Amino acid sequence: MHDFIQYVVSYAKDSDQTPGAAGNIFWSVVYVLLVFVGLSIAVIAMNWLERKILAHMQVRLGPMRVGPHGLLQPIADALKLLLKEDIIPEGADKLVFWIAPFIVVLAAFTVFVVVPFGPTHAITDMNIGILFMLGVSSLSVLGIVTAGWASNSHYPLIGALRSSAQMVSYEVAMGFAVLSAILMSSLNEQKTGTLSMIGLVQQQRDQHIWFIFQFFPLGLIAFFIFAVAMVAETNRAPFDLPEAESELTAGFHTEYSGFRWSLFFLAEYSAMIAVSSIAVTLWLGGWLRPFTDWLSGDRWDLVFSLFPGATFLLLGAITFFNVVRMPKHPLFKIQTMGLAAFGAVLALIGLVLLLPPVRVRVQDIFWFSSKVAVFMYLYIWYRGTFPRYRFDQLMKVGWKVLLPTGMALLIVTAIVGMRAEFIAEFTGGGR
Amino acid sequence: MNQLNPPVATPFFFYLLAGIMLIGGILVITRRNPVHSAIALITTLLAQAGIYLMLYAPFVAGAQIILYAGGIMVLFLFVIMLISIERTQKERPFNKQWLVGGIAAIAIGALFISVYVTNAKGRPLFPFGRVPYMESQNTQIIAMKLFDKHAGTYMLTTEIASLLLLVAIIGAVVMAKKRI
Repeated sequence: MHDFIQYVVSYAKDSDQTPGAAGNIFWSVVYVLLVFVGLSIAVIAMNWLERKILAHMQVRLGPMRVGPHGLLQPIADALKLLLKEDIIPEGADKLVFWIAPFIVVLAAFTVFVVVPFGPTHAITDMNIGILFMLGVSSLSVLGIVTAGWASNSHYPLIGALRSSAQMVSYEVAMGFAVLSAILMSSLNEQKTGTLSMIGLVQQQRDQHIWFIFQFFPLGLIAFFIFAVAMVAETNRAPFDLPEAESELTAGFHTEYSGFRWSLFFLAEYSAMIAVSSIAVTLWLGGWLRPFTDWLSGDRWDLVFSLFPGATFLLLGAITFFNVVRMPKHPLFKIQTMGLAAFGAVLALIGLVLLLPPVRVRVQDIFWFSSKVAVFMYLYIWYRGTFPRYRFDQLMKVGWKVLLPTGMALLIVTAIVGMRAEFIAEFTGGGR
Repeated sequence: MNQLNPPVATPFFFYLLAGIMLIGGILVITRRNPVHSAIALITTLLAQAGIYLMLYAPFVAGAQIILYAGGIMVLFLFVIMLISIERTQKERPFNKQWLVGGIAAIAIGALFISVYVTNAKGRPLFPFGRVPYMESQNTQIIAMKLFDKHAGTYMLTTEIASLLLLVAIIGAVVMAKKRI
């Protein structure tokens, strides 16, 4: 028992590695559970936020009935999905139909093994981090294709075909954009790049620049290509042809119901978070806080470390403002109390995050998550504002615009990065 | 990440992955339904990627997942989904060539067994040794072997292989399109 406590404490006290790299099994398991729980909560929150934000964009109220401002709606939905009958169609290929949702969920959750929430806050750091993320997230298309085929129905099959064509096409452009960021990571003294997710962020810290601004506008273009490709890759509007409601009912998951359908839902949202965290890691400095150079020094460090707590306090204040605005009718008494309790929890979290030992440790996670949250909001914004692309337009954008731009970008990035060597080569100088 | 760090439960994971690979491989050739075969093949390829990881070759494992499991197998499924499953289930999918198949199986089996054979001096026929590279350097070492000015000796072979793939792609386009 004493040995075990020693084992647990020794990592927490003086390790500057991720639990996977340090080989500490206990903390690895803890991190896996933390990431899993955090991700599930994020998906639930996303569900509510998406409905609310879309509603407000369309001048509606959105869910208002279950709980104050519909806050308990996702929980009610989850319960409903669990209790619903789980239908397997008569003509379906039972085995494949059963496996398909699990492939999608596994692919979507496995990538979080290497997502760096902070210099030590990742489950593990792999030498091939970004390659692993791209590879495993590309496996989710297998689940979608098999789901569409196994349903043995027209709409799902068309949805699956569209999905596989779309995901395979956009993966290529995505790969070129990612490669240009990896090339940028080799602009150091050793002239050695890295594929590790943590290494990529450390390179941005050492080069004192986020890769989105590196070789302006090259980094920006690469980021733009990735930002378009990642929407297509996750089958979201305006590229949501595989599940286009107006044409294909629900696309590849038309025949799925109940718990299996909720697995697809879970996978879709966690895949969105996964690709957003790739974008944040590669171009937006991962866990680094904004303006590390311009606003440097102990005082600014202190100011920026107060941000996480301040954010939660602000959310708590907004909640209390809405508590005051609740209708005074006796029927709303329980709802008002519930909202007040929710606000109190938020404010309490905010206060805990202001404590010095906590705020030093969580600020990396806070900056990473808030950057990802911006992308999540963008996803909802796209869905609320862009009309859906036609399939031929989608293919045209992918193959005729993004892919050539990505190739040219890769070559130009390589030339600009090696310009000193080229000049030395041509003038006969250097070595 | 040092070499002294002992690998976690290596024999267990090796037998697990090897078992999955074997079962998957058997299912690939015994299933009548081509989609089931394809899924079994994907399982095999993923287990193989796991074995590459155990051999301290993460880059090869990543390439395996991206290229085979994520890329080629998706296209396989894409094609298989469009053919009529009922017809393939009635037909016998195998072109039986017992003689050639048997010879190939015996040759490969003999190769595997000969790894354990020792000669008169008690030394194995194949040289063996520990993996000399650290896992955290794998990708960098592959890049050096390919592209370095002095140590890069595999550049030409890689380019020849890519030329072969290019010829195959052009050939596919030429054969599929009537007018280009």
